[in-house]
This record gives sequence, C-alpha cells and structure tokens, in this order.
Amino acid sequence: MPILKTENINKFFHEPNEFQVLKDISFEVRRGELLTLMGKSGCGKSTLLYILSTMDRDYTGNLFIDNQLMNNLSIDELAAIRNEKIGFVFQFHYLLGEFSCLKNVMIPALKLGKYSTEEIEARAYEKLRVLGIEDQALKPASKLSGGQQQRVAIARALINDPLIIMGDEPTGNLDSKNTDIVFNIFRELADEYGQTIIAVTHDDDFAKKSDRIVEMIDGMILK
Amino acid sequence: MNINTDIAKTYILVDKRQTAVAAIGVLLGMAVYIFMNSLMLALDRSSTAVIFKNNAHIRVYKDDKISKELVSDSKTKYLITNPKVAPKSNTIINPNLVTETILKNKNVTVVTPQVNSSVFYNNGKSQISGMAVGVKPAEANAMYDINSSIVDGNFESLASNPNGIVIGVGISSKMNLAVGNNINITSAKGVNRTFKVIAIFRSNVKALDETKSYINLASAQQLQKEGPLYITDISVNIKNPDEAEAIGEEITQLTGYKAQSWQEANNSIVTGNKMRRIVSGLISYLILLVAGFGIYNILNMTVNQKINDIAILKAMGFKGKDVIRIFVTQALTIGIIGVIGGVILAAILINTLKHIHVGGDIGYFPIEYDFTVFIRGIIFGLIITFFAGYFPARKAARVDPVDIFRR
Ligand SMILES: Nc1ncnc2c1ncn2[C@@H]1O[C@H](COP(=O)(O)OP(=O)(O)OP(=O)(O)O)[C@@H](O)[C@H]1O
Ligand SMILES: [Mg+2]
Repeated sequence: MPILKTENINKFFHEPNEFQVLKDISFEVRRGELLTLMGKSGCGKSTLLYILSTMDRDYTGNLFIDNQLMNNLSIDELAAIRNEKIGFVFQFHYLLGEFSCLKNVMIPALKLGKYSTEEIEARAYEKLRVLGIEDQALKPASKLSGGQQQRVAIARALINDPLIIMGDEPTGNLDSKNTDIVFNIFRELADEYGQTIIAVTHDDDFAKKSDRIVEMIDGMILK
Repeated sequence: MNINTDIAKTYILVDKRQTAVAAIGVLLGMAVYIFMNSLMLALDRSSTAVIFKNNAHIRVYKDDKISKELVSDSKTKYLITNPKVAPKSNTIINPNLVTETILKNKNVTVVTPQVNSSVFYNNGKSQISGMAVGVKPAEANAMYDINSSIVDGNFESLASNPNGIVIGVGISSKMNLAVGNNINITSAKGVNRTFKVIAIFRSNVKALDETKSYINLASAQQLQKEGPLYITDISVNIKNPDEAEAIGEEITQLTGYKAQSWQEANNSIVTGNKMRRIVSGLISYLILLVAGFGIYNILNMTVNQKINDIAILKAMGFKGKDVIRIFVTQALTIGIIGVIGGVILAAILINTLKHIHVGGDIGYFPIEYDFTVFIRGIIFGLIITFFAGYFPARKAARVDPVDIFRR
C-alpha cells in the first residue's frame, strides 16, 4: 500500500520562456521506505518536492498522499494536511530567526494542538537532544551555525510524527558525523515507526544506505 | 497562549523601536482627536449657554403680515399693488389660552409670557436707549437662569418689588448706578417712570449688558400703556433644545402664531458652530487616519521583512487566516497601546487646560471631559488600526511559499 503516489505529473514554467521542468513523473513510495532522490543540479528535484509536499499546486497529473487525492483540495485543507502529515526540511531557508530553537521546533506542534504545551516542550527537547543540539535550545535560531540550524530544522520536521518526512538536501550542511546521526534517525523512524522519508541528496554514501534511489534526469525519472 | 498570538508577541517585542514609533503615532493622533473634539464640544456648549441665557428655546410671537390684494383673480385684470405690513397690533390674543395650549406638549418644560418694550434709560443728563423686558421673575429665572449671572443684589426680590428693575452691568457702569439707586425710564409710548435698581447682571454679551433690563410684567405693560392681557412674546423652553425647530412648527400649527426656534434666531452663531464642528471633525479624523497610515507603513515593512518567516509558517501548515491573525494582532496591540496612551495624554491635556484662566468673557479655558468623545475616539482609533493591520496582513496571507523558497 503506497503512502505517496504520483500519476503523470507535468509542470511547466512560463517565465522567462516556456519550459517543461517535470515530465510525466509517475512513481510510488511505500510506507516505511527511506527513499533518496538524486540528479544533477537543475534537473527538477526541488520542484518535484514542492509538489509532493502540497505547497505547489500549479501542475497537471495526480498526487495521492495516504490514498487521498490532493489535486482538488483547497489551500486551507492542504495546509492542514502539511501540518499533520508532512515534515519538511528545506534546502536553504530554515528557521524563524527571531525565535529560540526550542520554539522553532515547537511551532508546528503548537499549531496542530494535539498535545499540551508542556508535553510539546518535552518532546521538542527530546528531538533536539537526539540531534545533539539540546544545549542550543534557548538561543535565537539566527545565532546558530548553518549545520546546527539544519539540525533544528530536522527536529522541527519530526515534531508532529508526520507520515512523510521530506528533505531537500537535509544533510547538505553537515559533517560526516552529523550526517550519520541524521541518517540513523531516518533509518530508525522508517524501520520502527513506519514513517516514510523522501530525501534529496548529492551524497552517494547517504544514498547507497537508503532503501531505494530514484534518479532524475532533465525532469524525468530514470527507471 | 494561542500560537498566532505568541508569534505576534515575539514580533512586537523583537522590534521594540518600531512598535514604539507606530504606537506613538497612534497616541498623538488619538490625543489630538480627543482634545480637539472636547474643545469643540465645550466651545459649542459655552456658546449655546450664552444663547440660552438670553433666548428661550422657542419664542412665540405675532409675526407681521403683509397685506394681500383684495382681488384674487389677477390674471384677467390689470392690478397695481403695493403690499404693506398690515396695521394690526403685534400682541398675542388670549395669551392664557395660548400658554395652556403650548403647555400640553409633553416636551415643553417652561412657558412664560414676556413684554418687550424699547425704552430710554435716563439718569441725570445721560441717556441710553435699550430694551426693558417685562417678565414673571420666577418663570424667567427658570428659563434663563438669571440668578447665576447676577453680580450684585438679588434677582428674586424683583417679584416683591413692583418698582424694581434689574439692569445690565454695562448700564450700571455707564450711568454710575448701584443697587438701591433710582433710574428713570421713558418708553416709546411716552410713559415715564422711575424704577429702583435691585440687582445687576452680567451676561457676558457686551451689547446686552449695555442695553437690557428686566422689570415686572405689569410694569412693562404700563410702559406700553396696556392692560394685563397685553403680551408680545411667549417664551418656551423644551427638554431637548435640538428639537426646537420641530416643536416650534407644532406650536405654530396649534396656535397660529409664529414660533421661532433659537437656531433660527441665532442663525449666524448656529451655522458658525456647525462649520467649526465640520472642519474640526474632519481634521481630527484625518489626524487619526494619518496615525493609521503610520501603522500601515510599519506593518507593510514588517510583512516584507518577515516574508521568509511567513513562507516557512505556511509550509508548516499555517493557513492564510492564521497569518492574518498574526499581523492583525500585532497592529491591534500597537493600536491599543497607542489608544491607551492617547487617552491618558488627552486627559492630562484637558485637565491642565481646564484650570488655565484665559479671562475675558470666557473665564476658564473652555474644554470638557466628555465620555462620548473618548468612546468615539477609542472606537475609531481601534477600527483604523484594525484596517491598517488588515491590509498588510492580507498581503502576507497571500504569500506563496514556493515563490519565496525558489528565490
Ligand atoms: N520560478 C522559476 N521559473 C523558471 N524556471 C525555474 C524556476 N524555478 C526553477 N526553475 C528552473 O527549473 C529547473 C529545476 O529547478 P530545481 O530547483 O527544481 O532544481 P534542483 O534539481 O533542485 O537543483 P539543485 O540540486 O541545484 O537544488 C532549473 O532549470 C531551474 O532553472
Ligand atoms: Mg534544489
């Protein structure tokens, strides 16, 4: 039973000139799978991830998440689905700089409102501890190094126990030790909690250890 | 605390200087608004108070009638006409009945007859022309509150003093008259009588202080060589002076006499007040609006600065209305701080000015606390800040996160 499925997703950019960035993207991701997405810079990985994460609605084709068709949902319905079911680690833009790291991690959970503030805080501390940045919890996020910020962003993506965690080069700024830590976390989440990970990466070691590698070339998926 | 409020709070506290600048804008706008309106209200009230010291809300009298042609059909015949004021007497016929009729109106509070007679005041060689107003002292006092403008003597003793007269302070100083002195009066009908000054009033209208005097109704009738049924005016006071025009018309219909409202009688003052009110009202709203623009600008700036944050929040599942709430909360907080500060500043200003003596006819600086002015200011201040926040917030709510991430 796939947790995420696409059927013939096509996307065009019209500016500055007509350009098809995604071509007939059809693939499935199993529940509990740790999948990596690879391909040359500019081949359309981020673009695809924005569509999979429901943020970009400007495409043709079908997107199913948790067996639900996303195409005809309203913006607000999609926002609720992102909040509850999807954790996202961005390529460049990470955190709300004026908030503490702890607050950054807590915000999606406070929005979801499933747990009390105390519980959320405890859970956030736990995530930060696992990622080795517990000591930075109360610092403003803008005061952290790039790698530390990325780990806070990963902690934030995990806070609501999402069905799917999507990362756009989630370990791009990390040294090999921290990359291993993040990989092991993903591994554990997939194996023990059945969460699904879709990560874009340029790191061959990271990709080789994953369950499956999806290769993209010029907006197409290589079978 | 709701997460949207929490985020708004952080934004407010992070940029304290910006928050303070915007709040001070509202504060000043608010203070000026309340201050100007309180001032206008007090000026209005003091000017109407002066009017009501000398004018009843409604004055009922017999209007001059222009004579009409005897022939009604002027089309068929050539007719040379020369209309003139019909030579009828200007008295009210059966004044008691008219008084009773007017009193039946529920809105009427005081009705009192009056006889106005043009006179000369003589004392030794000096002579002043003026107007002696014959009144029933108790009723006249109820109507004009003459007691409060008495500077010497006692107005009420006029009732027990058929020969008494209450003169304006101008007459008293020009003719060198004090309470207890005698004054000789010649009426237009040639009647000459000596009165005794029993009180002196100051109305704060110089022209009246130099010409007007109050005497008993009966004395005035004698000056006109008339009997006790001779009444030229019936003065009427009503509960709400603003309704004088409408009630005046009712009275005209019932009695057939002209009923002139105080607004009509003091047309130039009333329209002057109205214009002043319009202009100052407009200016004070514009000032509030400018303060609103201050918030609008600052919030627009904040939204632009925080566009990344907004994109991230939306990516994490914040809806458009959450984003609107964040920024509207921020605007309203600034607005509330400004409004509270503005109210305090206005209260201090009013309180200080109230105690400043400017002298002249005015006395103390004419400014008053008025609950409705404050409430109106607060409501408008909050409405304006709401919209000043709403428009930038709506812009923020429309941010497409993907557009921002692709930059
Ligand atoms: N807003 C846009 N308008 C037009 N073209 C765009 C726009 N955004 C991206 N593109 C183009 O679409 C293609 C895919 O971009 P995308 O960001 O998805 O690449 P990527 O695979 O994530 O690359 P990288 O590995 O460098 O992050 C690129 O050729 C890019 O120039
Ligand atoms: Mg990319």
